[in-house]
Amino acid sequence: MALMLDVDVRRKLAPGPAPRRVVLADLRFTMDDAEIVALVGPSGCGKTTLLRMVGGLDTELDGRIGWTVGARPVIGTVFQEPRLLPWRTVRENLALVRPPDAAFAAGLVDLLGLSHAIDLYPPALSLGMARRVAIARAVAVKPALLLLDEPFVSLDPAMAEQGRLVLLDAWRARRCAALLVTHDIAEAASLADRVLLLSASPTRVLRMVVVPEAHRRQGLAAGARFAAAAI
Amino acid sequence: MTARRPRAAPARLLRIAERVLPSLALLLAWEFAARWAGNRLFPPVSAVIITLAVEAASGRLAYHLGLTLARVAASFALAMIGGCALGIAMGRWRLLDRMLDTPLTTLLNMPALVTIVLLYVWFGLSEATAIAAVALNKLPSTAVTLREGARALDPALAEMAASFRVGRWAGLRHVVLPQLYPYGFAAARSGLALIWKIVLVAELLGRSNGVGFQVQVYFQLFDVTAILAYTLAFVVVVQALEWLALQPLERAANRWR
Repeated sequence: MALMLDVDVRRKLAPGPAPRRVVLADLRFTMDDAEIVALVGPSGCGKTTLLRMVGGLDTELDGRIGWTVGARPVIGTVFQEPRLLPWRTVRENLALVRPPDAAFAAGLVDLLGLSHAIDLYPPALSLGMARRVAIARAVAVKPALLLLDEPFVSLDPAMAEQGRLVLLDAWRARRCAALLVTHDIAEAASLADRVLLLSASPTRVLRMVVVPEAHRRQGLAAGARFAAAAI
Repeated sequence: MTARRPRAAPARLLRIAERVLPSLALLLAWEFAARWAGNRLFPPVSAVIITLAVEAASGRLAYHLGLTLARVAASFALAMIGGCALGIAMGRWRLLDRMLDTPLTTLLNMPALVTIVLLYVWFGLSEATAIAAVALNKLPSTAVTLREGARALDPALAEMAASFRVGRWAGLRHVVLPQLYPYGFAAARSGLALIWKIVLVAELLGRSNGVGFQVQVYFQLFDVTAILAYTLAFVVVVQALEWLALQPLERAANRWR
């Protein structure tokens, strides 16, 4: 494990005309190169904004997103909505991001149970399937960092649990750093190595909780128990 | 699916009949009304078709129709390429939109006849002038349609493409253009209808061949039968373009729906 990312946001303003609301203030955290960090906070607290800044989609900030590896590494993003191209098949959607290793990408398709849907257009997929395609796409680029923005929101509990298992499968297939935004503290505790609890806006880190090795990735129920006891 | 299959063939026949029968009825009504009127200036459809056959046999129809179609194709291509480029650029860059909005609206409201006459006066009665004048009549409405499309591009997909570092060309091809296809088809459809009408005006005013020129010649001879024969030939060709080119292309682009 080596330090990969050093986030230090002194101030981030909401876009739009003045007076602009302060979204993030004095928010600091670091990430190692193979850990899963979960960000948990009330809705509207700027978690998505933070992910966009880390992903380089929003560069207007007072502070810095510091990469120890130099430039921004390869990042795979799973957005809140799947954001697939509806006019391209699943196969074409995956090809769009030019996976560097075709065999690895094909293996992911099998692993995530997408083989039978590979030639379908996204409008024909259920939301759960579309989310799995989005996860496959993000992992297929062999990212150094995965950004996950509420990837299982608005799925029923069984589908969400399946999604989490699929995500962990994909993550184990290729260990990389992952930054997960969620409002569900049990989900955070069941997936992450560390959980950062965020305040309401202007957002900063209230508390950092390390999930002990024995409790890591033991399923949602174990995550919920740990969260209830320690968070 | 299987339950519906036995009915599929008759349903298809019915759909074709729905399209064809009313037109056939109109043609029959025309035929009988003209025979009843018995006036040289209102010929029956059978006479028109015979004239059409005579013109076709002489080679005149193919010559004039071919020239007109070539002009339609050239000005259509110019108007679509120029109008799409301008419209997309104006939809993406607000400064350009503010700068060009007034000239575009002016051009949009310019009567076709004025554009044609002015260009003929300034640049001479040449083939290039005719084609440019027709294209200039269609370009503004294409630009306005595509500007709407470019304004409606989904920023979420653009962000996805940026986050995955999809290249400029691949992004255009897979992310941007498919969102613009419906607008492009709308512009192409109305463009075809508009352009072939304007081409005839441009031919009538400043060319010595083409359907428009022939219409003028037969107008001077008060030969309504020949005028209708050329019109009929043209309508059939444009309708065939709609059925054989535009609609299959649109279906292919909408396969995913």
